[in-house]
Amino acid sequence: MRRSLPIVSTLIVLLAASYFLIPLYATFQFSLQMVRGQWSFEAYRSVFNSDVFAATVTFSTIASLAAILVGVLIVVPTAYWVRLRLPRWRPVVEFVSLMPLIIPPVVLVFGYVRLFGSTSYLPLTLSNAGTNTLLVAGYVVLSLPYMYRAVDNGMAAIDIKTLTEAAEILGASRFRTIAAVIFPNVRSAIVSGAFLSFSISFGEFVIASLLNRPAFGPYLVQIGQDRAYEPAALAIMSFALIWACMVLMQLFAARKPGGRILPRLIRPSARSVTP
Amino acid sequence: MSFLRIEGVKKSFGGNTVVRGFDLSVEKGEFISFLGPSGCGKTTMLRMVAGFETPTAGTISIDGQDVTAQPPNRRRIGMVFQAYALFPNMSVADNVAFGLKIAGMPAAQIRERVAEMLTLIGLRHLADRYPYQLSGGQQQRVALARALAPSPRVLLLDEPLSALDAKIRVSLREEIRALQRKLGITTIFVTHDQEEALSMSDRIVVMNEGRADQIGTPFEIYNRPKTRFVASFVGNLSLLEGEGTGDARAILAGDEVILPFPARGRVILGLRPEAASLQASADRTNQLTGRIDEVNFLGSLVRLRVAVAGAGVLVDMFNNPGNPPPGRGDIVTIHFAPADVQVLEHTPPELAIAAE
Repeated sequence: MRRSLPIVSTLIVLLAASYFLIPLYATFQFSLQMVRGQWSFEAYRSVFNSDVFAATVTFSTIASLAAILVGVLIVVPTAYWVRLRLPRWRPVVEFVSLMPLIIPPVVLVFGYVRLFGSTSYLPLTLSNAGTNTLLVAGYVVLSLPYMYRAVDNGMAAIDIKTLTEAAEILGASRFRTIAAVIFPNVRSAIVSGAFLSFSISFGEFVIASLLNRPAFGPYLVQIGQDRAYEPAALAIMSFALIWACMVLMQLFAARKPGGRILPRLIRPSARSVTP
Repeated sequence: MSFLRIEGVKKSFGGNTVVRGFDLSVEKGEFISFLGPSGCGKTTMLRMVAGFETPTAGTISIDGQDVTAQPPNRRRIGMVFQAYALFPNMSVADNVAFGLKIAGMPAAQIRERVAEMLTLIGLRHLADRYPYQLSGGQQQRVALARALAPSPRVLLLDEPLSALDAKIRVSLREEIRALQRKLGITTIFVTHDQEEALSMSDRIVVMNEGRADQIGTPFEIYNRPKTRFVASFVGNLSLLEGEGTGDARAILAGDEVILPFPARGRVILGLRPEAASLQASADRTNQLTGRIDEVNFLGSLVRLRVAVAGAGVLVDMFNNPGNPPPGRGDIVTIHFAPADVQVLEHTPPELAIAAE
């Protein structure tokens, strides 16, 4: 039996999609119009030829990666310990991890500037390295809700307590248990958390701008004020980058142990299981 | 000197006492089952042997060494969990090798030992598979191989068969027992399934409310239960209430039953379904007549429930293709021997007289 096309739902989907797709298409089209009277990628070429672009992208990438590393080192042991030994504290920890969604980054960065400013015992804002540290710390805080949620979900999927006990009774130390058993089993969760963090901190504006760092976010805003076609090209590229992150996240989340690092897109026929 | 000793162990969580005064001596190579309903403390007791819980009082020693305060990773104990708990990120071979790697065994020896263990459980061809590619029974066998690979002093099995389906459960329990005999490893097996405990164990510890109600061989536990709890928990037992006459007789709602020994006053009599029969014989001198309430055809057995003296008495008879079982509502006479009657609550005649 052929099902007739559900008209109303299709209309709603199309309407919702156009809300997102039409501005995107318009931006894309505009970004191709830098040379009068013809379509070209001139705007993209101009962006890629700029030294500032390369410098800010490099800076933001390094800062984001540092934030991911620090975030993982904080979040994974915390989520593990809370699940294993302090299950009653889980709601509290979860609430704390959600705080960055409630407190605006402006408040956070002003707090940093007051706390670590020139009159502080720890005047981090006086040096470049110190300010970079503050930037990374800010990124860690911003990505905390996503990182914690992803890792905690990953840990919910495996039986943390029994796996820990199984490793312990075989003689493993606590460190070895985390390194050889827990970590590899939540790796895909960590990776998806990492991609989310990356997409948040890579284009972040408020913290980077107020700490006066040469990051990608402030560069984007500056270009938006100075140029016409390049910002459109940059916006399209940012979208592409975020989408790439999401696709990678999906692929890693679906990865089975013993599979490849990058999973095959076409699954081999399932192996039979004999009882 | 026994190999594993548990002396006066108590365990409370907050105000809730889970194990109250547990003593047990296990010989080397013995297979012991902890049997009891859920919440009786059997798993907590096992976890204290493993080191995951610390006793509130008492000591546990293995091979003459007090391990009460030792962390689990120093005890050299193997354990198999109900939920398999294989490491999902490792292949079957790596799972089995895990304990050996931690013990610092050279790689060549590890390979050899892993192959040996996998051959023992008959899964050598699956060495490169991952846990998610195995069936439940295969996973549990791998878990067993992983626990046994580092040659532990004691093997602990925490309801390892509960998550499996019926057929595999029976074949795997035979496999576990055969392996345990072959390796001669001291084993504690926790279960709530009396059939498992009866068929596998050298001795059974029947636990109730944090205490060992009775410790004995399966034969003793089944045939000579010491408490009413053991009698009702292990096997099926029909209970009849009557009045002891002081000599070896009791009156049940007008019928007279001969007892194995004298009792006076209110008595509870227990009868196993297989001890009762619809056929008379020389030693089945007791008789009770009643109406059949229920007929359960179980395959090789037919289980009847007969309403007698205000209670239901279960009677097992073998299936006989030439002779269909009686139907519901039929009036039948049950025959049983005085020696098969279990007197569970009674006052010996001399005490009863003293009380009067």
